[in-house]
Amino acid sequence: MKSKLLAGAAVTAVAAVALTGCSGGEPEASCTNKIVNAEATQVSVWAWYPAFEEVVDLFNESHDDVQICWTNAGQGNDEYTKFSTAIEAGSGAPDVIMLESEVLSSFSIRDALVDLTEHGADEVAADYTEGAWKDVSSGDAVYAIPVDGGPMGMLYRQDILDQYGIAVPTTWDEFAAAAQALKDAGAPGVLADFPTNGRAYNQALFAQAGSVPFEYDNAKPTEIGIDVNDQGSKDVLAYWEGLVDGGLVATDDAFTADYNTKLVDGSYAIYVAAAWGPGYLGGLSDADADAVWKAAPVPQWDPANPVQINWGGSTFAVTSQSKNPEAAAVVAKEVFGTEEAWKIGIEEAALFPLWKPILDSDYFRDLEYPFFGGQQINKDVFLPAASGYTGFTFSPFQNYAYDQLTEQQFAMVQGEKDSATALDDLQASLEKYATEQGFTLK
Amino acid sequence: MTTQTTTAPPPAAVGRSRAPRSGGSTLVRRRQRWGWLFVVPFLVVFALLLIFPLFYAFGMSLFTSTLATGTDFTGLANYGKAFTDPLFLEGMLRVLGFAVVMIPTQLLVALAAALVLDTLVSRLSKLSRLFIFVPYAIPGVIGALMWSFLYSPRFGPGATIFGAFGLPTPEFLAPDSIFGSLVNIVTWQWAGYYMVVIYAALRSIDPSIYEAARIDGANGWQTAIGIKVPMISSSMVMVVMFALIGTLQFFTEPVVLRSVAQGAIDAAYTPNMYAFSLAFSYSQFNYAAAIAFSLGALVFAGSFVFLFLTRKQSGLK
Repeated sequence: MKSKLLAGAAVTAVAAVALTGCSGGEPEASCTNKIVNAEATQVSVWAWYPAFEEVVDLFNESHDDVQICWTNAGQGNDEYTKFSTAIEAGSGAPDVIMLESEVLSSFSIRDALVDLTEHGADEVAADYTEGAWKDVSSGDAVYAIPVDGGPMGMLYRQDILDQYGIAVPTTWDEFAAAAQALKDAGAPGVLADFPTNGRAYNQALFAQAGSVPFEYDNAKPTEIGIDVNDQGSKDVLAYWEGLVDGGLVATDDAFTADYNTKLVDGSYAIYVAAAWGPGYLGGLSDADADAVWKAAPVPQWDPANPVQINWGGSTFAVTSQSKNPEAAAVVAKEVFGTEEAWKIGIEEAALFPLWKPILDSDYFRDLEYPFFGGQQINKDVFLPAASGYTGFTFSPFQNYAYDQLTEQQFAMVQGEKDSATALDDLQASLEKYATEQGFTLK
Repeated sequence: MTTQTTTAPPPAAVGRSRAPRSGGSTLVRRRQRWGWLFVVPFLVVFALLLIFPLFYAFGMSLFTSTLATGTDFTGLANYGKAFTDPLFLEGMLRVLGFAVVMIPTQLLVALAAALVLDTLVSRLSKLSRLFIFVPYAIPGVIGALMWSFLYSPRFGPGATIFGAFGLPTPEFLAPDSIFGSLVNIVTWQWAGYYMVVIYAALRSIDPSIYEAARIDGANGWQTAIGIKVPMISSSMVMVVMFALIGTLQFFTEPVVLRSVAQGAIDAAYTPNMYAFSLAFSYSQFNYAAAIAFSLGALVFAGSFVFLFLTRKQSGLK
């Protein structure tokens, strides 16, 4: 009887251990890709680039000492949520993580990223433009290696504009006139959409009029400057408020199924987009079969002094949970550091490279895009847009800032407040939040 | 005859169950030991996945962590902040509003369906019972996703149906109508489940009572309102209890709809959503723990008050 009791106890104990086993300790690495060289150091990577598996295979086949173990942990916020939880838990983060440049400060302030200056970041600095490098640096520290960028242009439906006899707008004034003309002509769609949840898109539009919303430097992590209700931002938002009030643009939320369909079925004649926009459009279904897409530079406020803007863009950072930051840094630096990798990135994932050897190549400049009827959109639009980009500083609580911006813009669109009040309220709420979070305002 | 013998406990069993009080034999002690052993796996899981996280979260809520200055012990300061935080309080008021509208709606639908099904005896009634229950078998997130498409002005049937009468397409996801849209999803999902609970209670009523009522001249309506409803009041209390707790913790449906209606549903729409975004979007885990505990306390208090008020109906008194 006693031995039975002991056996029972043992079974229970084993069961208990098995149950707890999954909650503690390092999780077993599960790679989406095949490891070519099993002996080599493995570096776990989270990323959501399209066609990334081929890039990973390319890296693993060409490296004997380091191998990538890749997982797609979700896109954007889905991945950040997991990363954020892993930081709080103290384990579970990958060695290398794909982060948009706008969230780098949000994670570096939590000591979640490794300063890559100690791991040879300087060696590759010359391979990137100044603007791109500024986005991943804070003071002397470098928190990530740039991958792709989002210089902005304007994608438009040539067939719709032709049908209503509207010239392609080059300034925002012409843009407003075109919106009015399209409405007056009784077109079923509108000229464009103004999504209140555009987040980085809205921010980019403000930046074109000189908005510098945040001043932040990791060297002085408790100080922040917030200026979201500057005159430039107010002018831009007032401009869109006018278009919205006149019913000249739609106010659909971006990145919903409705929005995706409207982008390609002719509901919007113009899609003010980043360089990754064409790839986004190409992946959408229910497209208008007769659509004729073209790309043009983004409209300007002052055509004599054009200002180029950027929307999105991503990087590879090394997390502070990495046991082997040296190997992780090699991955971050080299995964998109070959022409072969970039050909996959450009042709299959529609990424805009920040790596100069390919960015400056004739191949990329002269590439013809079938989606745009063979137009060389890089030469025409995105390369000039990228060359004017000087970098941008984001806040260490960017997600909160964007959520607040969405709320205020939505209130404006609903007619609850005017554009100037919306931005003043945004300023007040961000200042309050920053103070609560222990920052001193500059 | 056979049923009677099985329902009555055999005398030997009665004798054994009394044994511990009269001293207890080694046999009983051994049995108890085995009993504990069988309970241990549950206790381990319970302690590990419920009790421990509860204490851990409470511990977290006593600290304040900010982005710029790090973590400090601040005692109950987070709770003071929570109960004066307009976002938390507005969310709390909003879920109370949902409770006031949603619970009676669900209860009425469930009760009406159960009463009708209880009177009908046909193959059709079995089929309808299944159909009313089916939404509950669909996972909450899937159900909400499905509705988000049905509500969409472009993909949903709203434009076609209203268009047929020459009416404009309804904006189910606009700020003014999102409340009703959410009530509709929850009612659709849960009314069937509550219906089954109520229906089961109705089935357990002794039919001879109906016979007596009929002899006394009660018609169908009078039987339903005067006899059936009072006799299942304890089940109804349970249903309201479930619905109350579920509503105060409202989370899944608004989170799913937020992806198509970000303006109408903000990050702090319900207290649970607020705690979630604080922790996972804004990395304020400590304050999120305090919000979660405050919500827990309010749900506990609300349930307690409700059970106290209905102690007569539920048979707790």
